Amino acid sequence: MSTLLTPRPTATTSLRVVDPRTRRRKFTSALMKVVLTATMVVAAVPLFLILYVVAEQGWSVISLQFVTQDTVPYRMEGGGFRQGFVGTGLIMALAIPMAVGLGIAAAVYLVEYGKGKKLASLVRFVTDVMTGVPSIFVGLFVYAVLVVGTIEIGFGTLAAAIAIAIVMLPIVVRSAEEMLKLVPDSLRNASLGLGARRWHTTTKVVLPAAAPGLATGSMLAVARGAGETAPLILTGLGTLTMTLVLVGERQSSLPQLIHEHAVQPFPEGIERAWGGALSLVFITLLITVIARVIAARFARQREGL
Amino acid sequence: MTLITGQTRSQLRGTARGRLADPLFKALVTTAGVFVLALLAFMIIRTTADSWPIFEKEGLRFFTGTEWTAGQTRDLPKIRGTYGALPFVYGTLVTSLIALVIALPIAIGVALYITQLAPRRLRNSLSYTVETLAAVPSIVYGLWGLLFLLPVFIRPLMERLHAWFGDFFLFEGPVFGLSYFAAGIVLAIMILPIMTAIIREVFAAAPASDLQAAYGLGATQWEVIRKVLIPRSYSGIVGGSMLGLGRAIGETVAVAMLVGSSQRMGYSLFFSGDTMAAHIFNTFQDAVPETVLGLMAIGVALFVFTFVVNVLARLLVWRMGRLTGDAAV
Repeated sequence: MSTLLTPRPTATTSLRVVDPRTRRRKFTSALMKVVLTATMVVAAVPLFLILYVVAEQGWSVISLQFVTQDTVPYRMEGGGFRQGFVGTGLIMALAIPMAVGLGIAAAVYLVEYGKGKKLASLVRFVTDVMTGVPSIFVGLFVYAVLVVGTIEIGFGTLAAAIAIAIVMLPIVVRSAEEMLKLVPDSLRNASLGLGARRWHTTTKVVLPAAAPGLATGSMLAVARGAGETAPLILTGLGTLTMTLVLVGERQSSLPQLIHEHAVQPFPEGIERAWGGALSLVFITLLITVIARVIAARFARQREGL
Repeated sequence: MTLITGQTRSQLRGTARGRLADPLFKALVTTAGVFVLALLAFMIIRTTADSWPIFEKEGLRFFTGTEWTAGQTRDLPKIRGTYGALPFVYGTLVTSLIALVIALPIAIGVALYITQLAPRRLRNSLSYTVETLAAVPSIVYGLWGLLFLLPVFIRPLMERLHAWFGDFFLFEGPVFGLSYFAAGIVLAIMILPIMTAIIREVFAAAPASDLQAAYGLGATQWEVIRKVLIPRSYSGIVGGSMLGLGRAIGETVAVAMLVGSSQRMGYSLFFSGDTMAAHIFNTFQDAVPETVLGLMAIGVALFVFTFVVNVLARLLVWRMGRLTGDAAV
């Protein structure tokens, strides 16, 4: 004889009755949602605040004269940041080819030739670590080697450009590597199958296919490089008038002029510092936004592929 | 088989130039890869070698000594000054820790909001908004922090804290403004983007099935976050925090403008002090050769700190696969 014994429920509770703990759990959940939303708002405030304050304070300073005149003594009105604009322009014009050329070449090595190799993973790791190297340390290194050391070229545009290029390099390598990895292998195989050589495949198929992505990564690196201040003080040192000399003469830059004007007590100079900050923020944000737009278009294109 | 004519075959065989180009190209890009490696090695060796006389003279006292009197001698490599960098090391640690303590909960909150709560079509624009903070140059943070945030927000906050908890040693006065605390708050804003970017990616990498299983068991959204999502993302959160910490340690200009540049090593967060990077930045322009060596020694120590922090962070984050994202670079 078999009996099916089910334990008899001692007290019957309807399923409709909600456990009081459930109500508390739901309340906690709702409360935390509010807290998280508030955190999001709190985090967004500094961004709007910094953009607003810089725009508000700097707007009145921006004029044609601000770009076409050199600095005047801090306590005087008028004058501009011409040597800063020219300096930053020259430094970036030298730094971009160095960092982008070398960076994309290194990324090509990592993706096209370095699969599964120890050396490549080491390079990859070093690149990652280099993104965290303080820029002031890069400035000290360039100072030690190029400004006073082995190859004595003195303070100036070239030394500053090399320092900025070193700061940009790991960013270019990392982003270029990610972009090259996104190029589908079928493209490479098709090209190789048609009889193209490896280098031909890379330069004529892989790099063009990844071009928008490479541009995005490089531009983000440019935005970062253009805003760097610390290494420039150690390599460019600053100048009172505009100079176009690349080696042997001190060079100024926009971030450095902002710093010089910000830490002195005269309101006229401080006003110009805000103007410089607005110009710098405008330049870096413009580059960043263009880079993002290219990236978004590139992503849509890839989805269509 | 008349399909392969002599002409096609010769085309396939290629030219001598083409044969040479392949190994050449490979050598070229390999050199570029190795160059990155060599560059870092050279940076370490060169700066360490240059500043060696300082480390040789001071030994461990470089990290434990509190007196920093740069020598004025020009007949190097004779070292005349006393180089105890503890006040700067202390300042770096204190400001970075303040930044981390403030930024970490906010970064986790924002990452949770973006990945779990935000409407799907808002997610991308929200992460862009936060990551745009990373594109603002640090000199602009310095200017804004010094001339706007300090008088408008940080100083009143310091006075309030001092009035309430003034007996507690961390909030002891007098309140001047330029301080570890002010530098720490601006640093917190500056490291928020990178930390948010990494923590967000870590949360986004959590498999949906895990979360859905928890929902299926009747968990509320907060319980899923608290008991499923956060525990499995733990190492990623720690890694992201350390990357943020590395950034904070190496940050220069903004800190140099806000920390107050004093060599006194105070226990209160409201005292002014100096950090390693800020000290290099502020004294470099007036430095004589011996002082430069001292600054380079600080630079080497600073590099070692950030190096260790970054390697640990990358190892932790790497376990979850390599992360991408603009602010993460």
